[in-house]
Amino acid sequence: MPDMTDGMPRKRLIGYADRMSVRPGERLRFMVSCDDLSAYHAQIVRLVSGDLHPQGLGFIEHPVETGITGTYAGRFQPLWAGSYAIVDGPAGPDQLGSFTVQAMIWPTSPGRRRQVILGRWSQATCRGFALALDENGTLSLELGDGASVSRVNTGVALLEREWAFVAASFDANSGRVRLHQEACASIGRAPAPILREETVPLRAVVAAGVPLLVAACAEVAEDHRATASDHFNGKIDSPRIVGQVLERHEMEALKAPVSGLPPSVLAAWDFSCEMTTDRIIDLSPWGRHGRLINLPARAMKGFNWTGEVLDWKLAPTQYGAIHFHDDDLYDAEWATDFELAVPDSLRSGVYAAKLTAEQEVEHIPFVVQPPRGQRTAEAVVLLPTASYMAYANERAGLGGGGRLHAFANHLIALGSGDLWLNDHPEVGGSLYDRHSDGSGVCYSSRLRPILNFRPGVTNAWIGAAGTAPWQFNADLALIAWLEAREIRYDVTTDEDLHDDGLELLKPYRAILTGSHPEYYSKEMYDALTAHLACGGRLMYLGGNGFYWRVAFHRELPGVIELRRAEDGIRDWVAEGGEYYHSFTGEYGGMWSRMGRRIHALAGIGMAAQGFDVSSYYRRRQESYDQRVSFIFAGVAEEIIGNFGTVGGGAAGLELDRYDLAEGSPPHALVLASSENHSDTYFPPPDEIHNATAMMDGRQNPNIRADMVFFETPSGGAVFSTGSISWIGSLTHDHCRNNVSRITENVLQRFIDPTPFGHPG
Amino acid sequence: MRKISGEAFRRALIEEFRRQPIGRHSPGLRLLLNNLRSGQKEDPYILVCTKPHREWRLARKSVERGSPVRLVPDLIFSSPEQAEWEVFKLLWKESTGECLT
Repeated sequence: MPDMTDGMPRKRLIGYADRMSVRPGERLRFMVSCDDLSAYHAQIVRLVSGDLHPQGLGFIEHPVETGITGTYAGRFQPLWAGSYAIVDGPAGPDQLGSFTVQAMIWPTSPGRRRQVILGRWSQATCRGFALALDENGTLSLELGDGASVSRVNTGVALLEREWAFVAASFDANSGRVRLHQEACASIGRAPAPILREETVPLRAVVAAGVPLLVAACAEVAEDHRATASDHFNGKIDSPRIVGQVLERHEMEALKAPVSGLPPSVLAAWDFSCEMTTDRIIDLSPWGRHGRLINLPARAMKGFNWTGEVLDWKLAPTQYGAIHFHDDDLYDAEWATDFELAVPDSLRSGVYAAKLTAEQEVEHIPFVVQPPRGQRTAEAVVLLPTASYMAYANERAGLGGGGRLHAFANHLIALGSGDLWLNDHPEVGGSLYDRHSDGSGVCYSSRLRPILNFRPGVTNAWIGAAGTAPWQFNADLALIAWLEAREIRYDVTTDEDLHDDGLELLKPYRAILTGSHPEYYSKEMYDALTAHLACGGRLMYLGGNGFYWRVAFHRELPGVIELRRAEDGIRDWVAEGGEYYHSFTGEYGGMWSRMGRRIHALAGIGMAAQGFDVSSYYRRRQESYDQRVSFIFAGVAEEIIGNFGTVGGGAAGLELDRYDLAEGSPPHALVLASSENHSDTYFPPPDEIHNATAMMDGRQNPNIRADMVFFETPSGGAVFSTGSISWIGSLTHDHCRNNVSRITENVLQRFIDPTPFGHPG
Repeated sequence: MRKISGEAFRRALIEEFRRQPIGRHSPGLRLLLNNLRSGQKEDPYILVCTKPHREWRLARKSVERGSPVRLVPDLIFSSPEQAEWEVFKLLWKESTGECLT
């Protein structure tokens, strides 16, 4: 029970681990932050159930003795959000003479506060220079010598989300400052170019050791850690620093990507170089390369984008912009509190570091795989951790208001994790959220506290009064069922599948998915389909799976990218021309648009979503086919799954259906279909080619989950339920129910090595 | 078809909601609920869950990023249905001036 001193549940103990998955013999670091707690106790637990629904199994965990059990000193660890570029090598002469700084910028929130575009500025000593937008959104040059500060501004705010050329020159002999602010906006919006000149009485002196930053200025935190403040929101393209006063036409010549620059050019960064990395490249003779902190968005359209090329790989120089955000966060970089040496005796499963202090309880989950190259069961649960990352710290409930109440058809209910997120925007959002400037979050990292990656947690706006589990806690019900039925299983994760490919799955006959394996990288998709081609068996126990393409960064651990391109359910929409991942260059968006038909993989594909109540399946004639007699052994009922702790039924939240035209195998048997869904269930946009008044769940026969089975030519098979809420019905009445029976019947046959015969 | 008055229709919708605040609703009630809920201007009603699956308190929060959550005093619910009915009554009163019981 969290702190309730003001009547609201407040979390005071949070943390994260450096990985989501480990093997025996490996090490796992845990990072913890305490809010006014002097100490906490840590213990590893094996997680079994987090279903706190009145009809659920309750919270079940088993302590595991390891070397980390003990009491640790509590400390507060801050989150330093906000992206920027840092050049901490030879950052330029400390004694500034005359100079010019210039850049193309696309500001997304000018006028809310000071935002630094480029500079070597020390907040602590007020020394250096900074080209910035001031509190009114106007261009300013700030100069400081440690004793006083001079600021010159244009007095005219920049237009939001319009490209502008900005520059400042400083003549050290005369003290003359010249500012240029020129909007590139379309006809009708563009104000006339602005030139502002003023003489200042001081000469800037840069403090030794202060790095040059793009999109922020250097700051030293209370703990003496070097960080940044006054972040710029928006795009910056082609920033330049020249050690002399340039005339306007000379500035113009430096706009485009250039080579063979004279030594007077102190820095000329081309952000289109090394696009897939966190490095920035300087084309000047000085080689002042830098690195990006907190992953600002790359592969963004530049000021010179023509609209003729949509793939940054084909015209990288038109993608020389980086979009910085004041709430980007890649790696929280907290200090390690304790490190677990995973014991060899720990069997594969889902675990957590359980932290307790006063009334506080925090769990930091992780998966233990079997030792490399070994399996300890015939079946493996593939926890969809890419989807956990996609939904990490999802915030829709915090800003949904009355429209979300209407959409969900019930009140939003904030739990302690949601309230913590509301107070801590600096922890970053999910791939469903927007940044503070309104742009979509396209990167999500696991190297930060993830408040909805926790046992027992439900989603604020899904299920009546926010009582439905989502992702990790929903999938934990599958673990609870396997334990209750005493079925041996191994556990692995999406990220392992991405890294290890087919080799990871090869030892297993049956793969069980989670409830909502929505986000897949190419490597994951390839491995899964290859396994099926080799005779593997897939139990797809969820809905809206295999839907979006994501990319893992090829150098940085624990971060994925998504471009919400073209179609599909999109809480934000990628801009045209920004559909290709920066991490890999791969096209982004829906797998179904890339020749990978979900229906061909799973037999079914996304049909509808709704978030109030779930429904049930009714058996179809095909369920009596001899090919599937094993599935319904011991099941006499026509109605399947009219119970459960997720919306009261096994068919709910997001639903998939069989569709021959979309690639469902012709020989697949549709065993049962759900019905009687509420009028809050609607098809996804990719299903709506023309709106009608008959789209909702009460009157649209396509709003249903189809339970399907089909054999593969290699002796394998696929069983799909097409519903997120299926897993929430497994343990109903102590597993004495037809959802449990069907799932177990399928699993037992799927781990039987006898090949399935293809009906031909 | 028997013609019913607007007033009788509204009473029927209210009663439909009171009987089943969560789940499937008639088209008329859906329209009414959508209007009442999405029509909230400032600080829409939300809940704060104080005991998972067992206790909720009424609160208000604007849709602005990071805006505070303010508890409404003395309104504590033991079921989602109870909370929905209470908020329905509040929104009805704000919309029509009428106090439902």
